[in-house]
Amino acid sequence: MRAMTSAAIQVTGVHRVFTRKKDQVVALDDVDLTVGAGEFVSLIGPSGCGKSTLLRLVADLDAPTSGSIQVFGKPARQARLDQDYGIAFQQAGLLPWRTVSGNIELPLALHGYPKADRRSRAAELLELVGLSDFAQHHPDQLSGGMQQRVAIARALAERPRLLLMDEPFGALDEMTRERMQNELVRICAETGAAVLFVTHSIPEAVFLSDRVVVMSPRPGRIVDVVAVQAGGLGPSQDRTDAVRDAESFFHSVARVRELLHGAPAPGARGVEAR
Amino acid sequence: MSALSGQSARDVRARLPITDARAMSVVAPVVFGAALLGLWQLAVVALDIDAYVVPAPSDIWSELAANHATILDGALSTGRNALLGMLAGALVGVLAAVLSSAVRVIDQMAVPVVAALSVVPIVALAPVLYTLYGAAVDTARILVAALSVTIPVYLNTLRGLRQVSAVHRDLMTAYAAGPLQVARSVTLPTATPYVFTGLRIASSLAVISALIAEYFGGPIGGLGKSITSAASSSNYPLAYAYVVGAIGLGLAFYVVTLLVELWFSRHRST
Ligand SMILES: Nc1ncnc2c1ncn2[C@@H]1O[C@H](COP(=O)(O)OP(=O)(O)OP(=O)(O)O)[C@@H](O)[C@H]1O
Ligand SMILES: [Mg+2]
Repeated sequence: MRAMTSAAIQVTGVHRVFTRKKDQVVALDDVDLTVGAGEFVSLIGPSGCGKSTLLRLVADLDAPTSGSIQVFGKPARQARLDQDYGIAFQQAGLLPWRTVSGNIELPLALHGYPKADRRSRAAELLELVGLSDFAQHHPDQLSGGMQQRVAIARALAERPRLLLMDEPFGALDEMTRERMQNELVRICAETGAAVLFVTHSIPEAVFLSDRVVVMSPRPGRIVDVVAVQAGGLGPSQDRTDAVRDAESFFHSVARVRELLHGAPAPGARGVEAR
Repeated sequence: MSALSGQSARDVRARLPITDARAMSVVAPVVFGAALLGLWQLAVVALDIDAYVVPAPSDIWSELAANHATILDGALSTGRNALLGMLAGALVGVLAAVLSSAVRVIDQMAVPVVAALSVVPIVALAPVLYTLYGAAVDTARILVAALSVTIPVYLNTLRGLRQVSAVHRDLMTAYAAGPLQVARSVTLPTATPYVFTGLRIASSLAVISALIAEYFGGPIGGLGKSITSAASSSNYPLAYAYVVGAIGLGLAFYVVTLLVELWFSRHRST
C-alpha cells in the first residue's frame, strides 16, 4: 500500500473507447501502469496506439471509459485542480501575443503569484533553457526548437513533481534534439520530478528513461516494459552523452525495437528506428 | 519577417508589416494615378466636354483650393457621425458576439436576424429614422452608421471567438483556469485581431452610410448635403470637390483601422 500512495502515477485497468456515430475505436484496452516518484517513464509505439490518449487521461484532459487513474494518490481530477503536474504538448502552444517571459509567467499569473516572484522565476527558467537573451521577444520571433524550450520552461514554472510531455522534441532536428535530451536529463536531476514522456524515437526513449513502455495499436495495449535502468544504464538522472555509446544502451534499443516489430501491428509506421 | 528574428536580441520592438513595403509599390500607383489624371484633363479639354458630364481635374482642383476650409468642416461633420456610429456599432457588435458565443440559443436565434440585417440596405432606413428622431439632429445619421457597422463586427468577432486553438484550450484546462481567466488570457486576445478586421471592413461602410444618410435630410454642413446642394445649383466642379473630400474621409477611416488591425495582429504568424 505504501508503494501505491507514493507513486506519481497509478493507472489501473483503464479502458478508453471513442464512439463516433456507429464507429467504435478502442484507444486503450485494459492498461495498467505505475510511475514512481522521480521516475522517468517513456511511452513508445506506432501511431494511433493511444499514447497521447493515455497522457491526456493522466492530465485529466479526458476521462477514461472505465478504470481508475491516481496521481500522487488522488484522483486525476483532484491532481489537476491541485496543479500537481506540468505539461508540454507536441505543439509548443505558446500564446503569440505574450512575450517569451510572459508565456512562462502565464501559469504563475493564473495562480496568483506576485509579479516580482513571476519575473524572477521566469528569468531563472530562461537561464535554465538557455534563452535569457530572448525574454522580451515574441514567439513568432523564435525558431521551432526555441519555442519548444519555452514550452518546457513553462511546464516547469511551478516546480511540479510530475511532468507530462507529449513528443516535445518531435519537431526538432537530430542535433538540437540530443542537446534538448541532455538538458532534460539535467533538469530532471535538478528538480527530481517524475516524467511521463511520449516519443516516437527508440534511442530517445532509451536514453532518457528508467523504463520504456512499449505499446501496440488497435486496441491500444501495453506490450511490455523494458527496464532500461535495471538493464545497466543506471538512473535516468545520471545519463550523459557517453551513455549513447554504451553497450547496454544498444542492448535496450534492440530490445525495444524487437518488441515494436514483434507487436501484431498492421504497419508499425510512425516509429523511427534510428 | 525573418530579418528581425535571430541574433538581434536588442531590437524587439514590434513592427508593422507596412515597413516591408517597397518604394516601387508606392511609386507605381502614384505614377499610374498621375497619368490617369493627365489623360482625363486632356480628354476634357480636347473634346470640350461639359462640366455636368464631367468637369476637368484642374477645375475641381481650383474649387478644392478655394473651398478647402468648408470641405474640411464638412468632412469633420460627416466624419464625426461616422466615428460615433462606428464606435457604437462596434460596441454592440462585440457584446452581441460575446453573448452569442457564450449562449448557444442566442447564437441560433441571431442567425436569421443577422442574415436579414445583412441584406437590408441600412441607408434605406434613414428617412424613417429622421421622422423618428427629428431632422434637426444627427441622431438618425449616427444610427445608420452604427447599424451598418454592427453586422460585420458581430460576424468577425464571433468568428474570432471561435478560433481558440485546441492546445490553448487544453492548456487552460490543465491550469484549472476559471471561465473569466480563460476569456481574459486566451479567448479575447485570440478574437481581438478579428474584431479589428471587422472594424476595417466596417469603416468604409460607416463613412458611406453617414454620408448617404445626409441625402435624405437632416442638418446641413456635412459632405453629403454639400454634394447635393452644389449639384442642384449646377456647380459641378464644387460637387466633385466635395466628392474628393468624401474619398479622403473614407480613406482616412480605412487607413487608420487598417493600421490598428495590423498592430493587433503583428504577432500572430506562429
Ligand atoms: N477525440 C477523439 N475522438 C475519436 N477518436 C480519437 C480521439 N482521440 C484519439 N482517438 C483515436 O484513438 C486512437 C489513439 O489515438 P492517440 O492520439 O492516443 O494515438 P497516439 O499513440 O498518440 O498516436 P501518434 O503517435 O500518432 O500521436 C486513434 O485511433 C485515434 O483515432
Ligand atoms: Mg499522439
